[in-house]
Amino acid sequence: MSGAGRTLVVLLEDHPGALTRVTSLFRRRNFNIDSLAVGHSERPGISRMSVVVAGDASEVDQVVKQLHKLIEVVEVRDVSDGAPLLREMALIRVRADSTKRGEVTELAKLFGARVVDISHNTLTLEITGAEHKVESLVKLLSKFGIEEMVRSGRIAMARDSAGASVGMDEALSA
Amino acid sequence: MTITVEKSADTRKEQDAVPRRLTGSRIVCEALIEEGVREMWGYPGGAIMPFYDALKEYPELHHVLVRHEQAAAHAADGFARATGRVGVCVATSGPGATNLVTGLATAYMDSVPVVAITGQVARPGIGRDSFQETDIVGVTMPITKHNFLVSSAAELGPIVHEAFRIARSGRPGPVLVDVPKDVQNELAEYTPPAERAPSSPRAERPTRDTYERAARLISSAHRPLIIAGHGVIISGAYDELRAFAEHTGIPVITTLLGISCFPESHPLSLGMPGMHGPAHVNRAIDQADLIVGVGMRFDDRVTGDLRYWAPNARIVHMDIDPAEIGKNVPTAVGIVADAKEGLARLTAACEPGDHDEWLRGIRAGMRPEREVPTGDRFSPAEVLAAIKRTTDGRAKLVTDVGQHQMWAARFYGYDRPNSHISSGGLGTMGYALPAAMGVKAGCPGDPVWVVAGDGGIQMNIQELGTIAQEGYDIKVAILNNGYLGMVRQWQEFFHNRNYAETRISSPDYSLLCRAFGLEGRKVEHRADVEAAVEWAMSRKGAVVLDFTIEQEANVYPMVPAGGTVAGMIEEPEAER
Repeated sequence: MSGAGRTLVVLLEDHPGALTRVTSLFRRRNFNIDSLAVGHSERPGISRMSVVVAGDASEVDQVVKQLHKLIEVVEVRDVSDGAPLLREMALIRVRADSTKRGEVTELAKLFGARVVDISHNTLTLEITGAEHKVESLVKLLSKFGIEEMVRSGRIAMARDSAGASVGMDEALSA
Repeated sequence: MTITVEKSADTRKEQDAVPRRLTGSRIVCEALIEEGVREMWGYPGGAIMPFYDALKEYPELHHVLVRHEQAAAHAADGFARATGRVGVCVATSGPGATNLVTGLATAYMDSVPVVAITGQVARPGIGRDSFQETDIVGVTMPITKHNFLVSSAAELGPIVHEAFRIARSGRPGPVLVDVPKDVQNELAEYTPPAERAPSSPRAERPTRDTYERAARLISSAHRPLIIAGHGVIISGAYDELRAFAEHTGIPVITTLLGISCFPESHPLSLGMPGMHGPAHVNRAIDQADLIVGVGMRFDDRVTGDLRYWAPNARIVHMDIDPAEIGKNVPTAVGIVADAKEGLARLTAACEPGDHDEWLRGIRAGMRPEREVPTGDRFSPAEVLAAIKRTTDGRAKLVTDVGQHQMWAARFYGYDRPNSHISSGGLGTMGYALPAAMGVKAGCPGDPVWVVAGDGGIQMNIQELGTIAQEGYDIKVAILNNGYLGMVRQWQEFFHNRNYAETRISSPDYSLLCRAFGLEGRKVEHRADVEAAVEWAMSRKGAVVLDFTIEQEANVYPMVPAGGTVAGMIEEPEAER
């Protein structure tokens, strides 16, 4: 359930250029980044980034240490251990005329995806879940023809108390 | 004029009680003074003119007009390396700022605290491809420790102080502050910081347990080595390193930038490792069972092919930058610490020891450095020896990049702390002459000698103008072989002596010196070497000595790039 790669949570000051500094570091040091999602955090002036790093333990260690050296980075946490909450959101526009519409909506229902837009020839689905779930839906939808897709990249949060909430999450995301 | 200056000084004092409204330019000047800055190197231009206008009101700030902004960055860097204080350089926007780039990259690679102040086009012009607009914050992002584009005069004071704090804290590095022209003119309140914010170390300090684990490895090692680097000099941990080495009896190797952190006349001193280190040093590393790296980063010029480097050694690595631990070599114990404190604690944790047999074995493999050529020819080693004799070893040597740099690293015998200054990480040709201006400004009492090749000296030769105008007492020794010698050597070894574009002519340096109002001499005969150096020392002001050395002299031994000790080229072909 933890997904491939290590998941880092990075808190950084919300300055112009701070994000560039982080991405420039990844490029310059040739770090292997699978996904990066950024937005506001609960703290004003602090952005929160979820980064998925491919590569072995020593590479991940370097990513963490190099991120720490950036002045605007406030905190870096590797949340991969302890069954973190990992989610991705996707909007998928799939080809579906009236003959296919039923099949596609059925699939969407099974995955807990919502239909958010509909036209004569397409349906647009919104799905949120673990990446493998999004991945499976995409695979199943591909036979209909995917016209357009956007994925948020992995966002992550460590559990507050790992023991108690694991079951809850499993139940919710099943 | 004098009256104006005094009056403005008085006014400044009177106003100290209440926060004063000042222009951005004056805020920069006051903040610089507050940070203890007295010297800076720079070049005016459109977008930085308000700053220069204000500068004239602060006679305590001495500004040196360079001939090219690159030199300003190198001079600030030389000042910082020589004194441990932050060096300051100033440039205008666009080409002025981009000319700083090589100097900032040099400082970044070698962890040198420099603050660069650049003018930027006025805020409304930013992003419009205005005249002399360059996104210098974007350009220098990967080669500065941090940088700032200042968006209002109100934040200027805090940013300048923050820039200094960042530059000198932890692992030092260059910081650039880009100030739009209208921000320089804008009024804002400036209050000097009540106290200097302490630099907050982000990494947890090593525990007693860490030191004890390192101490256990050290006491159980049979063939241990210390490799000491620039961090020892930056930290000023000369005594601590010596105490640690003497207490444990471990021989000391010094990296190129570590040179002069440990006296080379000390019985435990072995010399420099790596590509052009003497053979016995690299062989010792090959045999070592423990390496204690202090304030160094296992650079590729030190290690060659990492898979085969120090194959039998466990590594204890002490560095102030946590990211260096485990970056290049797997580490048995990593100690994130400033060398001064870390070495003192490590020494306390270690039992006294000696490794006489191991040391004797290594020293038995030592060979006298290259033979002195006979007859009338002279070797670079003789030039260096003459400089050392004539200055009683009190000189600071500022070297450029190439063969002469390796000769100067190997043949001089550095005993005084921080007496060797060179561009190591970036390997910037043209560094030495401008850097020496900063070294001289920082250490006016020490003789300062530039040792450069005929290629590198011509890269920033225009700075003879600055040296002349400023009256810097800098002596220059050019080791002139008519080639870009190090590249030529590689061509000889690895490219079938195809000397493509490495033949280089030189001007008549004595004549050139005269044109700048300086003195110079060409030295072609062994008998004249010592006398020329003595003559240079006897002259007031800058002197350039142009030493004609053998054209195809090589630096031996050499471990080819990415190579191993087994592939070391020890001797010229004829002798092999």
